[in-house]
Amino acid sequence: MSSAIRKNCFLISKLFKNVNNCSKRLSSHFIYFPDNEKPVDGETSKMNMMQAINNAMDITLKNDPTAVVFGEDVAFGGVFRCALGLQEKYGKDRVFNTPLCEQGIAGFGIGLATAGATAIAEIQFADYIFPAFDQLVNEAAKARYRSGGQFDCGALTVRTPCSAVGHGGLYHSQSPEAFFAHVPGLKVVVPRGPIAAKGLLLSCIRERDPCIFLEPKILYRSAAEEVPLEDYTLPLGEAQLLKEGDAATLIGWGTQVHVLLEVAQMAEEELGIKCDVIDLQSILPWDEDTVCNSVKKTGRCLISHEAPLTSGFGAELAATIQEECFLHLEAPIARVTGWDAPFPHVFEPFYLPDKWRCYHTLAELVKY
Amino acid sequence: MATPSSTRSTVGTGSLFALGSASGGAIAGGMCSARQEAVAVGMQTAMRNIDSVITAYRCHGWTYLMGVNMLGVLAELTGRGSGCSRGKGGSMHLYARNFYGGNGIVGAQVPLGVGVAFAHKYRGDGGVCFALYGDGAANQGQLFEVYNMAKLWDLPCVFVCENNGYGMGTSVDRSSASTDYYSRGDYVPGLWVDGMDALATREATRFAIDYCTSGKGPLLMEMETYRYSGHSMSDPGTSYRTREEVQEVRQTRDPITSFKEKIINQELVTPDQLKEIDARIRKEVDEATKLSKTDPEIGVEELSADIYCNNLEDSIRGTHPGAPLKHIQVAVRN
Ligand SMILES: Cc1ncc(C[n+]2csc(CCOP(=O)(O)OP(=O)(O)O)c2C)c(N)n1
Ligand SMILES: [Mg+2]
Repeated sequence: MSSAIRKNCFLISKLFKNVNNCSKRLSSHFIYFPDNEKPVDGETSKMNMMQAINNAMDITLKNDPTAVVFGEDVAFGGVFRCALGLQEKYGKDRVFNTPLCEQGIAGFGIGLATAGATAIAEIQFADYIFPAFDQLVNEAAKARYRSGGQFDCGALTVRTPCSAVGHGGLYHSQSPEAFFAHVPGLKVVVPRGPIAAKGLLLSCIRERDPCIFLEPKILYRSAAEEVPLEDYTLPLGEAQLLKEGDAATLIGWGTQVHVLLEVAQMAEEELGIKCDVIDLQSILPWDEDTVCNSVKKTGRCLISHEAPLTSGFGAELAATIQEECFLHLEAPIARVTGWDAPFPHVFEPFYLPDKWRCYHTLAELVKY
Repeated sequence: MATPSSTRSTVGTGSLFALGSASGGAIAGGMCSARQEAVAVGMQTAMRNIDSVITAYRCHGWTYLMGVNMLGVLAELTGRGSGCSRGKGGSMHLYARNFYGGNGIVGAQVPLGVGVAFAHKYRGDGGVCFALYGDGAANQGQLFEVYNMAKLWDLPCVFVCENNGYGMGTSVDRSSASTDYYSRGDYVPGLWVDGMDALATREATRFAIDYCTSGKGPLLMEMETYRYSGHSMSDPGTSYRTREEVQEVRQTRDPITSFKEKIINQELVTPDQLKEIDARIRKEVDEATKLSKTDPEIGVEELSADIYCNNLEDSIRGTHPGAPLKHIQVAVRN
C-alpha cells in the first residue's frame, strides 16, 4: 500500500516538470489602429486600455463619494490590473474583493445600486458572467419596469473582460454581447481602445440604467493611445464612423474594429476601393442612423464579430439594415463571424473572423 | 516559458492562459497542483474501482491516477491529438474512466458530482462519488443547493473541499466568513483532514466510503493543503503573501518530504531505492514531455466535431467563404 502511494507521489511530482518549456504562440490576429482624434482638448497621457479604464474608475471614485468598486481579486487590481492602486487610494471600504460568487456579486451590486450607491462590479472574465445571468437579466434589467419606475439599479455597471486573446481556450475567450443585447432594460457597450474605453465607461457609470461593459482583454496592454486626462464621456447609443468610403460599409466592435480597419486598408491597396468603417461601440441600444445612412450611401454591408454566427448581434443588424436600406442594397448583407462551435482550445486562428476571411468576403461583396 | 517555481515541482505548472505554438495549438499550461498531490494520491489509493471523481481544473494528477498515461495528460496540455481529450479540452478539461473531468468553471462541477452520486445510488452499484472543489469555490451558491439535495436524498456523495489557503489572490480569511470548510455543509457532517499527509487522506477516504456506502448519505471533507506556486503561470504568487509563508510550508509541511522521511525511517524503503524511482520517473516524464510537443495536432476538421451527437444539419454554420464545415463525429458512441 505505501509503495503504491509512494510511486504515485513521485510520479505526479515529476509529471509536469518540463512541459512548460514551450514556444511562444503566434502574434495576435490584428494590427492595432490607434485613435488620433481626441474627444476633448487638454493634457493627455499615454495609456493602454487597462490604464484608461483605471483612470475612469479613479475619476469616479474621486468625484462620486457613493462610488464603490468590487469583484474577485479587485483589491490588488483584478487579474488584468484595471483597479490597480485604487484600494490604496480610496480605502478598503470602497475598493474590495468579493468572494468567488458571480451570482452574488451581481445581486449585491443591484441591491447596492438600488439603494443609491454607484456600483462598479467586475466579473473576472465574461465567460464567468453566466452564473450572474439570472440576476442581470431578471433583476437588473427589469427592476425599473416592474416597479412602475419607483425603483431601479441604474447606478450599476458591470465590467468584464471578453473576446479572444490568442490562447484563451473555451473559457477565456467568449464574446457574450448578443445574450445581453436580447434584454430590454440593459445597456451593452464594447470599447475598441483606451480613449473610447475611458469615455464610454464614464458614460456607463453615470448612465441611469444598468450597463454591461465588455472589455476586449487583448486590448488591455496591446492598445496604447494619448488619452485626455480630464473627465469626459462619450455618448452611449452612438456609433463612430472611423474611415470613409463609398464601396461598402464595414461594421464591427471591440477588437474586430481593428481587423476591419486593416481590411479596408487592404481593399484600398489591392482593389482600389474605399469603405466606410463603423465602430458600433454601443450594442444595446445601437445606432441605426449612422449604420443605415452609411449603407444607403455604399449599398453594400459587411458585419463582423467573433461570436458565433447564429443569433450573433450581426443578425439583428442585418435584419434592420435590409428593412431600412432595402432599395439601396446592391448585394446581400454579408456576415463574417466565429463558427457555430464552442470557442476552441486549438484552432483559434481558424475560428476567428480574421482579416483574410473578411477581405475575401468583401472582395466577393463588391463584385456581386 | 519556464516553470515559475522550484525545479522539483509539481503536478502541472503553468499559466491561466495556455501558451501556444505558431501552428495554432496551445501548449503547456494550466493550474498547478504543486504539493496538493497528497490529496489525490491518498484518496485514489483508498478508492475502489466503482467509485467516481469529479474536480475543478487542478485535474492533471487526478487524470493520471485515474488511468490516463503521461502522454495522455501532457499532450492534452499541449493541445495534441494524443491528449486524453484529443487536445480539445486543454489543461482544465481532462477526463478518464470514472473521472468526470477537470472543469473550468469554478463550482460548476459540484452539482454534477451530486448527479453522479444519484446515478450510483439509482443503479445500486455501491459506488461513491467524490466531488472536489477549492476554498474559493466553496462560496459559490450552487454548492449550497446541492448540499441540500444530497442530504435530502441521502446520496453517496463525498464533498471534498481542497483548502489551499487561496482562491487566486484572495486568502481564505478574506473570502470566507467561516474558514471551517468542513462545517459548512451544515446538516452534511464534515471531517477535517490533513491534506499534506497522504496517509491521512487515504484513511479519511476509507472512512468516507464506509460512511456513504452504509446509506448514511453525504459527507464533507475539508483537506487542508497549500498551493506553492502562483494560481497560474501569469501569477507569480508573491503579491498577496510572503515568500516566508511559502518557505515555511515547504520546510514543515511538504507532503513528499514528510512521506519520504516516514517511509525511510520505517525502513520500508532505502534512500537509494527512492533515487532509483526518481530517476526512472524523471526519464519517463522527459520522454512523455518530448512526445507531447512533437505529437501531431488533430486536423482542423475537428473544429466542428462532436458539437452534437446528432447534428441535424450535417454541417456547422459559419462564414468561411464557400465551404461550410462538415459536422463530424469522432468520439466513440456508447
Ligand atoms: C465561475 C468562475 N468564476 C471565476 C473563475 C476564475 N477562477 C479560476 S480559478 C479561481 C480561484 C478558485 O479558487 P479555489 O476554489 O480556492 O481553487 P484553487 O485554485 O485554490 O484550487 C477563479 C476565481 C472561474 N474559472 N469560474
Ligand atoms: Mg484555493
